[in-house]
Amino acid sequence: MRLNDVWKSSNRSLIRELVVSDFKLRYQNSVLGYLWSLLRPMMLFGVLYVVFTYVIKVGRGVPYYPSYLLLGIVLWTFFIESTISGMNAITGRGDLVRKVSIPKYAIVVSTTMSAFVNLCLNMVVVVAFMIFSHVPFRPTILIAPLFIGELMVLSMGVSFLLAALFVKYRDFSHIWEVILQVLFYATPIIYPLTLPPLKIAKWMSISPLTQIFQDVRSLMITPQTLTTKEVFDSQVGRIIPILIVIFVAIVGGLYFRARSRYFAEDL
Amino acid sequence: MSEDIALSIRHLHKKFRLPHERKNSLKERVIHFSKPTYETLHVLNDINLEIKRGEFFGIVGRNGSGKSTLLKIIGGIYQPTSGHIQVNGTLTPFIELGIGFNPELTGRENVFLNGAILGLTRKEIIQKYQEIVDFAELEKFMDQRIKNYSSGMQVRLAFSIAMQAHNDILLIDEVLAVGDASFQRKCFEKFRQIKKSGKTIIFVTHDMGAVQEFCDRAMMIQDSRVISVGEPRGIALRYELANARNSASDEETTQLIRPQSPAIKIADLKLLANSKQTRRFSIKDDIDAEITLDVRQPTATQINMYFLKADGTYLAGINSTNELGDEYTPSKGTHKLRCHISAGQFVKGDYRIGIGLYTPGYVPEIIDILDASYGSKDLDITFVDKSLYKDGTFYIKGEWSKRGDL
Repeated sequence: MRLNDVWKSSNRSLIRELVVSDFKLRYQNSVLGYLWSLLRPMMLFGVLYVVFTYVIKVGRGVPYYPSYLLLGIVLWTFFIESTISGMNAITGRGDLVRKVSIPKYAIVVSTTMSAFVNLCLNMVVVVAFMIFSHVPFRPTILIAPLFIGELMVLSMGVSFLLAALFVKYRDFSHIWEVILQVLFYATPIIYPLTLPPLKIAKWMSISPLTQIFQDVRSLMITPQTLTTKEVFDSQVGRIIPILIVIFVAIVGGLYFRARSRYFAEDL
Repeated sequence: MSEDIALSIRHLHKKFRLPHERKNSLKERVIHFSKPTYETLHVLNDINLEIKRGEFFGIVGRNGSGKSTLLKIIGGIYQPTSGHIQVNGTLTPFIELGIGFNPELTGRENVFLNGAILGLTRKEIIQKYQEIVDFAELEKFMDQRIKNYSSGMQVRLAFSIAMQAHNDILLIDEVLAVGDASFQRKCFEKFRQIKKSGKTIIFVTHDMGAVQEFCDRAMMIQDSRVISVGEPRGIALRYELANARNSASDEETTQLIRPQSPAIKIADLKLLANSKQTRRFSIKDDIDAEITLDVRQPTATQINMYFLKADGTYLAGINSTNELGDEYTPSKGTHKLRCHISAGQFVKGDYRIGIGLYTPGYVPEIIDILDASYGSKDLDITFVDKSLYKDGTFYIKGEWSKRGDL
């Protein structure tokens, strides 16, 4: 894989076709079709909303908590969807890997892009919900895609790493499931970052997921969101998670590239 | 590498390490703390090959001989363990038709998906779409899901897309097994066109008929090694011999076994020159081969008498079907046949002959055979020629003359 190959139009066509056919296939033979990709996070949102506004009232201090919660769930859904499908990308497409010499990274990228398509659809729901909840629109919303881009880079890096590891060690599906469980509670998705004591909040803020979620929420929903920058009280605080993202992307990419020559034989 | 060589392989080895017990999980790695043990499988052993630009090259070999692994290495899917492989020009990256075809997608959608997998851009596929559909003869079915296609229709579609992939070297692994006869003919017509446009075709198959009809050269792989490279007729014969051996005995023996109690047995062979029995001929002698057949059960047969070089290279054969018909069926009893070979076709040297009785058809089975590799003895013959002016592999008829001094 040479870097300029990434921009070759045939490779872009390949990624595009893989994403398009994946999208068409996913909801084939289901009555509601792609509405399911909207319904799933909506249902999770419904359950969590009831639990966390009426039973465990963690969201009381947060303005527009429903939108805040929904946005967190949608971003989280993207992360788990893209990393799980990314992990399965190579093993799941053994038919391609074993019989044709295509750029393997395209298969992983296509799974991230598939998840991204769903994220975009879900974002439409988020925006609709924001309008419905009278969340004031601020121009900062235009900066939000920057951090969503950061989330994509993170997901892709993790996907590359997991995809390559999973070819050799099938344990990673279980390991990653556990890690996702931990991350779900270690990231302020259902509760605000103001809830844990500051010392713990600082540790949590090192996580790129926390930084991204809080930054996107702060830009889209309410500036009162506690962001990593505020937790550490300086821009430098934001640098650590961004460096982690870059590190994960580079390590994942390099490991994947080194292993990809042998995928056909290891599968 | 010179410009007219499309593919050059030097000292290629491929080994697979097969763990004795597949340790595919960390748990097993941790529990079985000792180093995992491997069995090394030498799948390709010192392969050397040069294929010229524009050549239609066949690779034959039994299952497990390593031919598909070789094709995968040429295609860049597997990495060689050691050795060099050099490709001049672009190569089809695929070895099978219809990779990535999804039965739930329509014909049209599969064209775009499969085309992209073969390295075409969307724009190129749009341009070539009509040509693909026309060649596959599936105009009316393009909006149907291909799970409703017959296997023949799927292969036609896959083949049509594959032919649009741009490349100088085409790798094809056993693709023509499906599809009806008329489409197969069309495929080979297409191959000829592709070949004419200067492209190289590497074709792995079991179909000896196709090898003989279309390939310029062929190669036989057996037990990870190249057994023989050369003219397709000879390769096809060797392949058939090797196959017959395998059906005669499952054990891997280097000695082939002549059928034990065949329906027709070659009871006797006499070689005559000037009505005298001999194994030593002058190049000016006509040769008469007289064979005696002991027919135990009337069976349709074709008889091939052939000449081999001392090293076993197949040189030429003369088949009985021309004179005796496609389905010569001798009655029960003893029959004598004669094969007359005119003088002046051989150059001096040592040769070996063989005679085989085969069932009719493209991929014949051996009924009985006289061949050194089947344990028959006394099949060596010699041509003597005192003069020095004809040598090589075959006898050139021609002469020199003076055209006047200028």
